[in-house]
Parts: sequence; structure tokens; C-alpha cells
Amino acid sequence: MTPLQHIPAGAWSDLPGERAIFGQDKPLRLAGGAELGPFALAYQTYGKLNAERSNAILVCHALSGDQYVADTHPLTGKPGWWQIMIGPGRPLDTRRYFIICANVLGGCMGTAGPREINPATGKPWGLDFPVITVADMVRSQALLLDRLGIDKLFCVIGGSMGGMQVLEWASIYPERIFAAVPVAASYRHSAQNIAFHEVGRQAIMADPDWCGGDYLAQGRNPSRGLAVARMAAHITYLSEAALHRKFGRSLQDRQQVSFGFDADFQVESYLRHQGLTFVDRFDANSYLYITRAMDYFDLAAEHGGVLARAFHKTPVRFCVVSFTSDWLFPTAESRAIVHALNAVAANVSFVEIESDKGHDAFLLEEPEFFATLNGFLNSCAEHRGLEGASR
Amino acid sequence: MNIGGIRVDLQLIADMVAANSRVLDIGCGDGSLLDYLVHFKQVDGRGIELSQAGVNACVARGLSVIQGDADTDLRDYPSDAFDYAILSQTLQATRDPRRVVGELARIGRRVIVSFPNFGHWRVRWRLLMDGRMPRTPALPEQWHDTPNIHLCTILDFVAMCDELGIVVERALSIGANGVATPVRSSWRANMAGAQGVFLLRRA
Repeated sequence: MTPLQHIPAGAWSDLPGERAIFGQDKPLRLAGGAELGPFALAYQTYGKLNAERSNAILVCHALSGDQYVADTHPLTGKPGWWQIMIGPGRPLDTRRYFIICANVLGGCMGTAGPREINPATGKPWGLDFPVITVADMVRSQALLLDRLGIDKLFCVIGGSMGGMQVLEWASIYPERIFAAVPVAASYRHSAQNIAFHEVGRQAIMADPDWCGGDYLAQGRNPSRGLAVARMAAHITYLSEAALHRKFGRSLQDRQQVSFGFDADFQVESYLRHQGLTFVDRFDANSYLYITRAMDYFDLAAEHGGVLARAFHKTPVRFCVVSFTSDWLFPTAESRAIVHALNAVAANVSFVEIESDKGHDAFLLEEPEFFATLNGFLNSCAEHRGLEGASR
Repeated sequence: MNIGGIRVDLQLIADMVAANSRVLDIGCGDGSLLDYLVHFKQVDGRGIELSQAGVNACVARGLSVIQGDADTDLRDYPSDAFDYAILSQTLQATRDPRRVVGELARIGRRVIVSFPNFGHWRVRWRLLMDGRMPRTPALPEQWHDTPNIHLCTILDFVAMCDELGIVVERALSIGANGVATPVRSSWRANMAGAQGVFLLRRA
């Protein structure tokens, strides 16, 4: 497998999947005021769009995800991040639905981002890439749907930052989606979460190889900083109970502690591994941009501080999902979304799934989560008149 | 007792609901009534249920249900959001039944409430004869493990509706044999009914 740092910036022809160019005639106006164009979106599709073009589901990925949601990742060789969710007989059944997943704006897997070539200079963008927001990600996805000839999505679904995009979709384009499933998400990034992101960004920027963001041009890579950022973040995706169950205080390949600073404990070794493997598939500057987009996300603030206004008269059917042990996006934040949806008498389901696996539970095989999604999507498909709907 | 697959009191409630209406079922349990209304009356139905297991079961069967509490979560909803707000066998387990009924009458153009009648002759008889907290088919739990904290009689309920300025449009009492009778004399229904089912609206 080829690590990301060995792929020249802008060289995407070898990677599988689709890539479309937007903003050639009319650039995309970003929330920060900048204009972006032309720019690329890299995406994957699964299943078949029906004749009525009514069976499309947009999957929105999280901070460290990408468009390879349901097939082998070209850089790591590992299964797609939601492969267990997508496919024949799975909740996002490819026999019934047409699944789309695009790498977000600011990403590093073929979509416009700091690792891409700035068309104005012919060099990698680096920190010249404009700061983007969750709303910018969503607006770019809407352009992709226009290109694919899809007026209305059957459903938009995603966890974590993917869930933020789902909420933004429901807010900006309520008429373009039939159903929305924000999972393990929030309507605004909390102070604690911004704080964790800042630790990650500082780790990257403290790495001398970051070179003020210019590492691509200087042939270097702040892999140690990015690895530390990933290690810190990874802890927030788990739970105390999950860490204890998995590792306890077990030692790594030794009988006793070394009285030094090697990875004595299994949990240390595990985190180091998480950090090392992450830098082979992720770009440090992308990490800065995408964490920033999450920090800036506050759907209530965008609507005068009243979240319910984001969903005024919404026709969308919602299914909000949280997990009991998720302390990064705790149930209370999902409940706040539900309260806002109730205030506009929206059609909403809300389930909290019992799990000790922390925030990462949304990526794992949780039977009750899958049963919830099956029930919700089947019911929506019935109301939408999709083929193959069954109770 | 089972008609069309649902409990007799639920069937009586379902019969009060007009087809194609908007319904909020508070304390919807496993979703039996909501499922019936969605599929046989084509309502736009939503549910609130306290137990997470109940909520997950409802959503897995395709119903729009959230986890929530009648005492705290009704205030979120806008006025007149629903044609019917239904509270079946839940009133007696709320902390503030009076406020809950007031909220229901604000959210729904019509309100349907069913509850076990503590004035039923069997309840009176057991208390009189045994001197112990009555246990009947409608009130099966022991005093110490019941979720019911605000039991009332049909007369109590009618009096509260009067105080709230809420009009009783229809009232049924269900006897211990499961047969429903329209309430003509509240006093008699209060003696003969094991449960009361009321259709209400704001005055």
C-alpha cells in the first residue's frame, strides 16, 4: 500500500472512484467570504440510481473519514469505514438505494483541500487554501447532486462531523432531502471539543517539519505532530470502560515495567500504532482545516441563537441517534436537537443506544442501532414509495 | 378483549381518532396504538415514550417516536401542533397530571385520555373489606412497586377538566368485563367503570 506522503500532491489518477470539477463558470462563495473555483470533489457511489432518481442516499463522513465508505481503502487496504452498514441486506441496502459519499471540502483524498494544487499558482495550496465550514461542505455536495441529476435525496446520513453535515443539509436544503439521520452528533461544537481540537492542531504546528504549513513544497511531512494529534483525538473516541476492557493495565510484550519511557503498557502501544497508521493516509494541513470547520459549526448561532429556527416548517423526517457512553457528543446534545425539532412539530424519532464503546460506537456493529436504522429507513421508503419497501 | 389486534381500551381510543389526522401519542409504550393508527387510519403519528427500550422497539418498527417525559417535554411543542394528543394509561404516573392535561389541550385540538378508575366498586370493595391497597386487573401492582403516583376517580377527572375549562366531548367507561358504555351519569360510571376514556377539547 502507498502512504499518502508518497503520492505527489494533485496526482489522483491512480486512485479509484469518481472525481468531478465544479465552479469553473461560477466559483463557490464560501462562508468565510472567499471564492473557490475551479475545485474538485472526489466521490464514490454504490448501487444504482432508479429511473425516478428518488433512491439516493448521501453518506457524510467524519473528520478522519473519506469517500471510501464501503470498499477497500486504496491507501491502507482496510475495509471501508462503514462497510458493515452498506451492501446487500445491510441497513443501507445497495439493492434498493443508490449510495453517494464524497470526500469533504478541505479533505486530502482527491477533493479540493490544502494538499491539492492551487490552479492560480500550480503549487499545493497549503495554508493559502481558504478556511471552510460545514455549510461550505454541504453546498459543494449540493453541486455534486446537481451534476448527478438528483433533485431530492431519499436520505442524508452521517456520524459525528457527518451528522453536523446532515443537520446543515436539513437546514439549508430541506426541500432536497426526504429523511435525515444525524448520528452521534451535535448542533454546535462544544468548548471541550474545540479544546481537544486545539491540542491536536498545536501538536501539528509544533512539529518542525510542519514548516509553517509549507511542508509539501519543502519535501517534508509533520508526521510526528499529526500522530500525536491523532493519539489525543483517538482517546476521545473511546470510553473509560472500553479502554479498560480492551487493555486494562496489561503490559506490552514484557513481564514488568521497564522504568523507562518505552511503550510499557498495551494502551500506549495501541495509541502509538493509531498515530503511526493515521499519518499514512491523512494530511496534516487537512487536519487543521477540517477540525476548524467543526469548531466553527454552530447551527443555533446561524439562526439568531434559536436552533428551532434552523428547522422552521421542515418537511424532513428525522431519526436522531446517540450512544450512552459517547462523551464527545453526549446524548444531551442529541436531545437538544430533538427539543428544537419538537418545537417545530417536526417528524422525529430519537433513540439512545446502550453501548460502552464511546463515540466510535457509530462505526461499529451495534445490533440495536442497525435495527433502528432498518425500521426508520423501511418506513421512510414506504412513505416515499420506493421499490422493495417491506415491513 | 382483542379487536383488530389491539387492547380494547386502545381500540376505543382509535375509534375516536379521525382518519388522516395528526396524532401525538404520549406514553406510547411498544407502539401498538400508534402502529394501528398509522396503518388503519393513515394518521401522521408521533410518539413519546419514557422507556428507552420501548422507544427503540417503536423506531425499529418504523414509528416516529422519541424518548421523553410527559411532565417535562410537552412544553417544547407549539400550540395546535396536532389534531389529537393521546395519553393512554399514563396520566396516573405523571408528577403533575393537571399541568400535563393543560399542555395536552394546548398542543392538541382534541385530547384523548384513558386511565384506571379508582372509584370502581371493586377498588372500593377491596379497600373496605381488606383494608389493604386494592389490586385489580386494571391496577395489578403492589402499592410499593406501582408507577402510579396520582390515581384518581372518574369524578375527580371530570372535576379537574371543569377547573381547567376543558370540555368533555365524549366519555366512555370500560367495565371489568371489557365492555364499554357511554358515560351518562358520572356517578354511575364512577362506580361501574374499571377504566375511563375521555375525548376532550378546549372550551
